[in-house]
Amino acid sequence: MDPRRPNRTVSDPKVRQVGFVTPAATTPPPRSVSDALVSSSSAAAASSPPTGTSLSPVMIPPPRHGASDGLPARGTVPLAVPNSGSLLRRDNLQILVGAHDHNETEVVLGTPPMTSPSSRIHDGVSEFSDNASMSPWYGRSDPDKLASSLAGRNSELMMSKSVGAGGGSGGGHTPKSPLTTASVVKTLPGISGTSIFILNNLHLSEKQGGALGIQNDLAEAPMPLKEKTTKAERRALQEAQRAAKAAAKEAGEALIHFLEFYRGGVPANTQQAKSVKPSQKKDAPQVTAPSVSSEKKIVDRPIEKDRKKDVPPPRMQFDDKHKVEKVKRRAMVNQFEAKNRVELFRHLPQYIHGTQLPDLEAKFFQLDAVHPSVYKVGLHYLSGKISGGNARCIAMLLAFKEAINDYSTPPEKAFGRDLTTKISSYISFLIECRPLSISMGNAIKFLKHRIAKLPLAMSESDAKLSLQSDIDRFINEKIEIADKVIVRHAVAKIRDGDVLLTYGLSSVVEMILVYAHELGKDFRVVIVDSRPKLEGQVLLRRLIAKGLNCTYTHINAISYIMHEAKRVFLGAASVLSNGTVYSRVGTACVAMVAKAFNVPVLVCCEAYKFHERVQLDSICFNELGDPDVILKVPGHVASNYLEGCVDNDNLQLLNLNYDATPSDYVSMIITDYGMVSCTLMLFYGYVFPYC
Amino acid sequence: MPDVQALVNDFVLKIKRRKIEGSQATAKHTAELLRQVVSQQRITYTNQAASLIDAVKAVGEQLIEANPVELAIGNIVRRVLHMIREENVSSAMSAVEELALGSDDDEAEHDNRMGLSAAAVAAAARSTLRAPSLQTLLEDIPDSATAPHPPSSGGDSEGKNKSAAESSSRNKKLKHDVIEAINELIQEIDTCHELISAQAVEHIHQNEVILTLGHSRTVKEFLFAANEKKRSFRVFVAEGAPRYQGHVLAKELVGKGLQTTVITDSAVFAMISRVNMVIVGAHAIMANGGVIAPVGINMVALAAQRHAVPFVVLADCMDYGQLGDSPPIRVENPAFDYVAPKLVSLFITDMGGHSPSYVYRLIADYYSAEDLVVRRKSAP
Repeated sequence: MDPRRPNRTVSDPKVRQVGFVTPAATTPPPRSVSDALVSSSSAAAASSPPTGTSLSPVMIPPPRHGASDGLPARGTVPLAVPNSGSLLRRDNLQILVGAHDHNETEVVLGTPPMTSPSSRIHDGVSEFSDNASMSPWYGRSDPDKLASSLAGRNSELMMSKSVGAGGGSGGGHTPKSPLTTASVVKTLPGISGTSIFILNNLHLSEKQGGALGIQNDLAEAPMPLKEKTTKAERRALQEAQRAAKAAAKEAGEALIHFLEFYRGGVPANTQQAKSVKPSQKKDAPQVTAPSVSSEKKIVDRPIEKDRKKDVPPPRMQFDDKHKVEKVKRRAMVNQFEAKNRVELFRHLPQYIHGTQLPDLEAKFFQLDAVHPSVYKVGLHYLSGKISGGNARCIAMLLAFKEAINDYSTPPEKAFGRDLTTKISSYISFLIECRPLSISMGNAIKFLKHRIAKLPLAMSESDAKLSLQSDIDRFINEKIEIADKVIVRHAVAKIRDGDVLLTYGLSSVVEMILVYAHELGKDFRVVIVDSRPKLEGQVLLRRLIAKGLNCTYTHINAISYIMHEAKRVFLGAASVLSNGTVYSRVGTACVAMVAKAFNVPVLVCCEAYKFHERVQLDSICFNELGDPDVILKVPGHVASNYLEGCVDNDNLQLLNLNYDATPSDYVSMIITDYGMVSCTLMLFYGYVFPYC
Repeated sequence: MPDVQALVNDFVLKIKRRKIEGSQATAKHTAELLRQVVSQQRITYTNQAASLIDAVKAVGEQLIEANPVELAIGNIVRRVLHMIREENVSSAMSAVEELALGSDDDEAEHDNRMGLSAAAVAAAARSTLRAPSLQTLLEDIPDSATAPHPPSSGGDSEGKNKSAAESSSRNKKLKHDVIEAINELIQEIDTCHELISAQAVEHIHQNEVILTLGHSRTVKEFLFAANEKKRSFRVFVAEGAPRYQGHVLAKELVGKGLQTTVITDSAVFAMISRVNMVIVGAHAIMANGGVIAPVGINMVALAAQRHAVPFVVLADCMDYGQLGDSPPIRVENPAFDYVAPKLVSLFITDMGGHSPSYVYRLIADYYSAEDLVVRRKSAP
């Protein structure tokens, strides 16, 4: 083994040279998007030969760094190579190398992204071998090295760095979590790269639609030996590689021993990693830079979802005129921006409500793009007929279920991929109707994940059936049963003679109260409500109909009424991973006053609503409601106070929909997994991913 | 005095029907009514101050009962009572002085001593009226150096020894002085806002973001004053739920060209992190520095505390003083909130800015200790 090291270091300068030489050759600065994609992929192809040709046993390490640098698919393949190949059976190595050789760019660029993530995530096997070979130290230090090696190079490289950082930002906190496992660490380095390629692919698929295949093939064209491969073929290849890896892993024991050695070898490797990087890095920015401009949609895209956990998608920022224009052009719903928008909230969409609805209704028979059931749900969102995290989520899932039922794969398209794009277009329609709730986002992630995981061999009808049953199961397990479990937990916290305070309308809190009443507990409910939605009145009516003893008051009287309360039960739209409770606006006020009066605050939230995002205030992310409802106070003279000033530029109306309650106001979160304190949320964010 | 009674009844009705609202309007009307009461009061020859006080108290009880929540009424009644006592003492003192001057003219030395003693009596009388404050301490420095004298009782007892004629002229003068003082009070009520809003520029800086809740005339004028001085700032107005007076304030601010954003009350916590200062008006201020304010303000104060945003209360002169230090009186009507003193950063009064812990001093300057329980006595 020793002889290798010198070898590597020798190769070092060579590769570095490649790094410097290629940019001039392959990157003419201005290009169109598709152009960039093609050339970048060819650039990747061009830069890959050095690694490819050096794939002799001696030169095995480079591909591995390629993987950590950001060529994900490749990462999965060669990763096993150094370990298994060097120590274990020779033939095995050969197979791998052979596959690699043939497939070099193929694997890198052409693989449907679905397979690469899945091979990484689902092959516990290959995963494990990677981990065994990569000490956590290695995995962690690698990205840093990468970044530092990039710093100070040309701006292009800097860009790639930032791309990598952006891609990994969600994962950025991963290593810090107490739960950090080798696999978590491992995923980190791959992320930046994979997302880039997914972006690439997605971008193509979205922009060019039918042309996708051609574009991709063009990209692959530089591969001389290769015929255009069908997806199935590529997949088969991947399967073979996977199998090989599995075999390699049987020698896991040996690997662990090898690990010791490998650590010793690391310095040399990292050096090389540095040297290889520039050339590859260069490709990355070219791919991503153009696509970033149209990012938003893409980022939400199907395939990335696997990794989504680590990479919360950047949200659409509506203060960017350019992007807004773009989105508008694509939009099906005619939206008019509201006037007199609040300066602080320019980054959030605000449209004149009521204008879209009739317009959309008129279009009902024109829009083929959207399945009627999805369309209906969209209209309900828009009109406010369906609201509340759970209700919206269930309605959406049921609509998707119907849409999947009616779906048939168009010729020459793969079921999984086409369905995901289809569903993505539905989702963007729903977003136009009303921004997604976090619960919906999680459900969508779940669904897309399911689609991606469908075995290739499965027939279309079977796949559809399995997806539909998955959806049913999600609704049943994650929402309905979860609610029941929460109710059971929460009822234990209600004693005779209690005065329970709740705010607004939360379906699960309502269930708790009703159930406790059915159990014969003797308690009183104080319902606090606020303008403009006055959802509390709905709850009040329902509870009174059930015979509960209720008090109704306005949120301003909260300090007055809090003296009486023994416990506060609140619903939540989401619980973020820093323990912040994201919920109906006003919840924070109630929790704050409860804290001031030393009244325990219990937040009830299904675990599927948890999200790994963190938020410190209610301003960076929120949803703006219709500002005009603030003007009108039904049944009060106040309605006409502001009548005349609506057109005045100095007057702005702000109707926030959500706010963020700091975790220290919350005594306990009741979830379907039990009752936890807010500080445990970090933990929960990782233990209970939504899918 | 049937006409006075009629006036009182009329006023009580108006208060009960909420025809007169807002602490300023109520305070002004109360002061005017009490001026009538004082001027209609028949002159008795003995101890007119006491009879005036009784009359005012009787009327005051009725008024306070008409709307116990409107603290301005009680405060004005107490102010008037306090003024009567003060005038009484000062007139008694001038009588003492006259007496002293009249009896011993010739002896320069004696005269000197008596003059001193008269001044000392005046100082002592003052000190019975008000507990030592920074102001009085400064005024009193020369006196206190000379001698502490037998206190107020001296003034009273000597005053009672007057001949009937002397006392009648003095009584007339007393009544006149009291009416004069009430006029001043009314004027003070009128100008109070100006004095407060004159300080606006000292507290509001360029591009400040201010949050307020509901409608308060003091706040409105405070903001206008800053606006007139060409300060540009923006205002978040929470609508102030059950009455939605925030809409009125917003309309007025917009009319003056201020950048105004109306938010719902529930969004207060969400927005407070971007606010530089909270400015609210008070309904009443407690001796311990606590505030009675329109409902919802406590929530704002807690949010402001959480985000370390200064919470400033603009205090009218007729606002101070529910008395006693017992903090949370639980107002039955949740039209009001009690805000604990620790949540308040600053009181801005017509006499400048004060911290909550100083409020008891302001109150001591305005009211006599004997009057603190006007109501308790009246409604046993």
